Amino acid sequence: MPSLKDLKNRIESVKNTRKITKAMQMVAAAKLRRAQDAAEASRPYTERFNAVLGGLAASVGGSDSAPKLLSGTGSDQTHLLVVMTAERGLCGGFNSNIAKLARAKAEELKAAGKTVKVLTVGKKGRDAIKRDLGDAFVGHVDLTEVKRIGYENAQEIARDLLARFDGGEFDVATIFYAKFQNVVTQIPTAQQIIPAAFDTAEDEGATTLYDYEPSEEAILADLLPRGVATQIFAALLENGASEQGARMSAMDNATRNAGDMIDQLTIEFNRSRQAVITNELIEIISGAEAL
Amino acid sequence: MATTMQFDLVSPERALASLQASAVQIPGADGDMTAMPDHAPTITTLRPGVLTVEGPDGTSSYAVTGGFAEINAEGTSVLAEKAIPTADITAADMDELIATAKDAAENAAAENKDAAAKALADMEALRAALNV
Repeated sequence: MPSLKDLKNRIESVKNTRKITKAMQMVAAAKLRRAQDAAEASRPYTERFNAVLGGLAASVGGSDSAPKLLSGTGSDQTHLLVVMTAERGLCGGFNSNIAKLARAKAEELKAAGKTVKVLTVGKKGRDAIKRDLGDAFVGHVDLTEVKRIGYENAQEIARDLLARFDGGEFDVATIFYAKFQNVVTQIPTAQQIIPAAFDTAEDEGATTLYDYEPSEEAILADLLPRGVATQIFAALLENGASEQGARMSAMDNATRNAGDMIDQLTIEFNRSRQAVITNELIEIISGAEAL
Repeated sequence: MATTMQFDLVSPERALASLQASAVQIPGADGDMTAMPDHAPTITTLRPGVLTVEGPDGTSSYAVTGGFAEINAEGTSVLAEKAIPTADITAADMDELIATAKDAAENAAAENKDAAAKALADMEALRAALNV
């Protein structure tokens, strides 16, 4: 049975913890709003970009001269998994869910006899992946110093990817991130970015016939590398919103749990205080009776 | 015939402009072009240069570094990788852009060397045009 002083200390410490988790929740809520705004602001660009690129890809894609980024290298032996996670923890299952999806995919590819390589973005993912897939680990992009994800960050990652692709290091690249559904739901998602995959066969009839300056092929060759950066940027923003959402609900839970714990401990504290008083009374009364 | 058309300028990080314009001068990869209402549907890539928009409230211009423009019946959309209103551009911005272009030109693979060198030349021309 813990002493009264122990209980009091414990209640005090849980109260402090609750203050911290409450503060973290509010910070996450503010950051979430900013992250959502950023994701919202990038949407027009991404949507239009993909529409144009999709149209171009559909018209050029069939020919033999199609760029490698679109048609692939002709094999799918080596897969690069780009695992994007948060730089920080304390956000529920966010990081581990993404890592789990990536790990499952890696196992599946390995079982099919493919070579798997892993590139991580975000410290937490690196820690989780290095443990299990240490031999497949080829690189890490550090965003710890980055306060606000900008397009430059995505471009840097894209440049790294494209250099590896040109160097023949991999045939297929897939990015792993969490899609933001709402504050309580984030869906870990795998998306293939090289060779580019598009949702084709949408509104086929309504497409306008465009003049292309310079040629269709030249535009496509110019746009595809930018498309990689655009997709990575969209995924990074989506991930940022998901992270804050996950942290917000995790901290909300933690705050509530701390509250429950304080209630319980307070009851226990009151009970033992009452027991001490009762004991003292009994002692006094029996002492008086003995006289 | 319509006298104005919808003009949108978007960059990956935000939408910069959305207005009715009577003419848009686009620094296309194959040369400058001016899009006016009822222009033939065209898609062109951009080179680093100055994009000028003539709207009802006067003319505004932006320095763009790359991307593409889509002109169709609904209007003109420019998707720029980076766009800065020319009034806000500083010498430091320009230095940074040129440094990046120089870096890319030096490190470019053999088959991309010409393109990277052209981008650098365009960037320097842009600086001269802006006079910063």
